[in-house]
Amino acid sequence: MADFSSSFDMPSAGSSENAEAAELQRLIAVEQQKAQFQAQVHNFTDVCWDKCMDKPSSKLDSRTETCLVSCVERFIDTTLTITNRFTQMVQKGAH
Amino acid sequence: MDSFGSDFSSNSSSGKMDTGTIMEQVKVQIAVANAQELLQRMTDKCFKKCIGKPGSTLDNSEQKCIAMCMDRYMDAWNTVSRAYNSRLQRERARI
Repeated sequence: MADFSSSFDMPSAGSSENAEAAELQRLIAVEQQKAQFQAQVHNFTDVCWDKCMDKPSSKLDSRTETCLVSCVERFIDTTLTITNRFTQMVQKGAH
Repeated sequence: MDSFGSDFSSNSSSGKMDTGTIMEQVKVQIAVANAQELLQRMTDKCFKKCIGKPGSTLDNSEQKCIAMCMDRYMDAWNTVSRAYNSRLQRERARI
């Protein structure tokens, strides 16, 4: 245990707990990223449903499917456009 | 994942959970939260689409509409998920 901790330059007390905590942090970060993705999908679906769905039918037709895909892409484009332009505005000293 | 968790738990003090058990619980909690979010948004959309003037019960046509709406909402969710994932991969490839 002492050899292990000294070769990695970590505090000698509880080095196995450090490794365990670090690994746990990494695994949780992965799950957090997945959860953030899911949350965004919920938001996009909410917005794009209103834009693209007419009367609920027995199947998702290709026109609606195309609309949903475009909706996601254009929403992201809009977000980027707004972010970039806003950054420029702030840099120019606009209030 | 199980053997991974038990390697660490052999050194941990009693009363502490191993990494595998903790991660299982984390994943379950995230999945439950995700399902709740899905149901809440689906209910909102399908109520708006399917119920006109609220009557004293849900009639047959309203029930059928709700069932179809649920299926379409999940189809839409999957379509959005795929579109968002594609876009993320495309953006990552540019970096």
